[in-house]
Amino acid sequence: MPVKAKPIPEAVPGVRHPMEKYLRTDRLPHIWCAGCGLGSALSCFLYALDELGWDPNSVAVVSGIGCTGRIAGYVRLDSYHTTHGRAIPFATGLKLAKPDLHVVVFSGDGDLFAIGGNHFIHAARRNVDLTILCVNNFNYGMTGGQVGPTTPLEGLTTTTPYGNFEHPFNLVHLAASAGASYVARWTTLDGRRLQRAMVEAMRKKGLTFVEILSPCPTNYGRRNKLGDGLDELRYYAKHALIRHGADPKEAEIVPGHDFLVGKFVDVEKPTYLEMYEAKVRELGGKR
Amino acid sequence: MRKVMTGHKAVAEAMRQIEPDVVAVYPITPQSEIAEYYAEYVHDGIVHTELVPVESEHSAMSACVGAAAAGARVMTATASQGLALMVEVLYIAASMRLPIVMALANRALSGPINIHCDHSDAYLARDSGAIQIFCESAQEAYDYMLMAQRVAEHDEVRLPAIVNLDGFTLTHSSQVVEPLPDGVAKKFVGNYKPFYPLLDVDHPATWGPFAMPDYYFELKRAQAAAMEKVPAAFLEVQKHYSKISGRRYAGFVEGYKLDDAERALVVMGSTAGTAKAAVDQLRAKGEKVGLLKVWLFRPFPGKEIAAALAHVERVAVLDRALSFGAMGALYCDLAAAFVHAVHRPTFVNYIYGLGGRDTTVDQLVQVFAELKDAHPDEGLRYIGLRE
Repeated sequence: MPVKAKPIPEAVPGVRHPMEKYLRTDRLPHIWCAGCGLGSALSCFLYALDELGWDPNSVAVVSGIGCTGRIAGYVRLDSYHTTHGRAIPFATGLKLAKPDLHVVVFSGDGDLFAIGGNHFIHAARRNVDLTILCVNNFNYGMTGGQVGPTTPLEGLTTTTPYGNFEHPFNLVHLAASAGASYVARWTTLDGRRLQRAMVEAMRKKGLTFVEILSPCPTNYGRRNKLGDGLDELRYYAKHALIRHGADPKEAEIVPGHDFLVGKFVDVEKPTYLEMYEAKVRELGGKR
Repeated sequence: MRKVMTGHKAVAEAMRQIEPDVVAVYPITPQSEIAEYYAEYVHDGIVHTELVPVESEHSAMSACVGAAAAGARVMTATASQGLALMVEVLYIAASMRLPIVMALANRALSGPINIHCDHSDAYLARDSGAIQIFCESAQEAYDYMLMAQRVAEHDEVRLPAIVNLDGFTLTHSSQVVEPLPDGVAKKFVGNYKPFYPLLDVDHPATWGPFAMPDYYFELKRAQAAAMEKVPAAFLEVQKHYSKISGRRYAGFVEGYKLDDAERALVVMGSTAGTAKAAVDQLRAKGEKVGLLKVWLFRPFPGKEIAAALAHVERVAVLDRALSFGAMGALYCDLAAAFVHAVHRPTFVNYIYGLGGRDTTVDQLVQVFAELKDAHPDEGLRYIGLRE
């Protein structure tokens, strides 16, 4: 940091990404499919970062494996692409070693809630001061669209060709139950609201969680006949109901039915490091 | 009937014919399509298998162990980091003598993250107690999936088995494969009779208990004894399979133009095909070169390899993974096999193809040329590396 990036050709003559200063443009074009929501999610994050006005040197982005995992490689920040599922423990270590660092975990539903699910609930229980941004596309997109922990009932995937029969996670409910200080959910259609939620989540102490519902037109969308990326955004426009403060239990996602977005949890409680330091003081130690 | 199919499909076809009771898998490149094909068989009702799309490879192998202990015939498939997660439980499977058969779509271990082929994943599980077989082609992958089942389930063996097929090179490329008719394959694999299954409630058994210094050692020795039974079982199964398939499988290794060779390569996996082309090219010019392809990597057939190479003057051993701080694993095993031999060829160790780096016929021709005056004291050599 900072790396010297070579300029990328403009897709539209005269138009550049306004947040290009936060992108490793030498890594572009990105690998994401046309119509995927990851570009929007990343843009919202970059705008949020700009709004916060933080020194880029004070921010670290940690990703796991999967489509969302690629974000770590595209941001011109200190970033780390961990092994599958291990973004949160890496980020926890980073935060404990450098408490002044703003540590953001940016990963997918499969990475954070299947193979890495254990880490999520414990980081939330401890209220580690991390912001976890989870792009939920309802399947393992990178490996070709297999059933995952958020695949809705009856969802078609390569490993559930006649429909999923496993109960999916309601991530909002899970995060709230596990002890997160802040829980919000938006779709990639809600650009400004998503940006606002990211700003709030990053400003707030403790474990803050934002679920980002994203189209996956190549895999989940195609198999479930949801149309292209734009059609999926239209679906969000039709079915997403903003209900701030709603009971997280009510935030289940059932295809064809309305679902809740908004801010579900925003509470104050001591973080893991604060608890740790208090214990050290109580025992007469110095910190 | 000869068909064109990918290595994925060849493995999935063998699994369909074996029709295990339980398959527990987690997606990972370049394995995922095996699980996808198999999921279709399950959901189409073609097989009776319970498919468990678990939340990680650690869970996959754990579910396999549970199901196998219950008495089920169990299979899985993975690659690279997935195997790394499985390894903890793979040791348990081996120590519990559970004949779980898995396909390993060989892929380089992180880091840096890479999805392409090398054998670092297989080498990671080298000492796990699992049988390991390497395949040159999709046909071999199909054949060895069936044979591995029989070897693993052999009454005197009862150990997990890994069938290695090079990621992308074999998994994703289409080749001509001739599967056995279903009836023939099913008859060959036969029914599985588990030992002391947990579901046999009339004969309760305890699995996986504590073993302290008073018994741990003897249990490990018993496990080693089971591994020692593998070679005989392997040959017996190969003989039977050759008869029903018409394809010749005889031995732990396969020589190619080796009988009068003065210089030879030793290699595992798909690069054997490339090596054959290099041998042919040099043979056409009258050079006495040959190839030794290793099928069975664990248990390591040291004696047979020593016999096969006894007449060769100079040998290049090709390892597709680094064993940092030591020579390549295949090289070390080979060197150990020759330690008491009266005549020892000159051995040179090459590292090749890490992270999917292409290895060409020209490069292997070059290796044969270098071999003429290569000296083993020079340490590791590398093929196709920028330095």
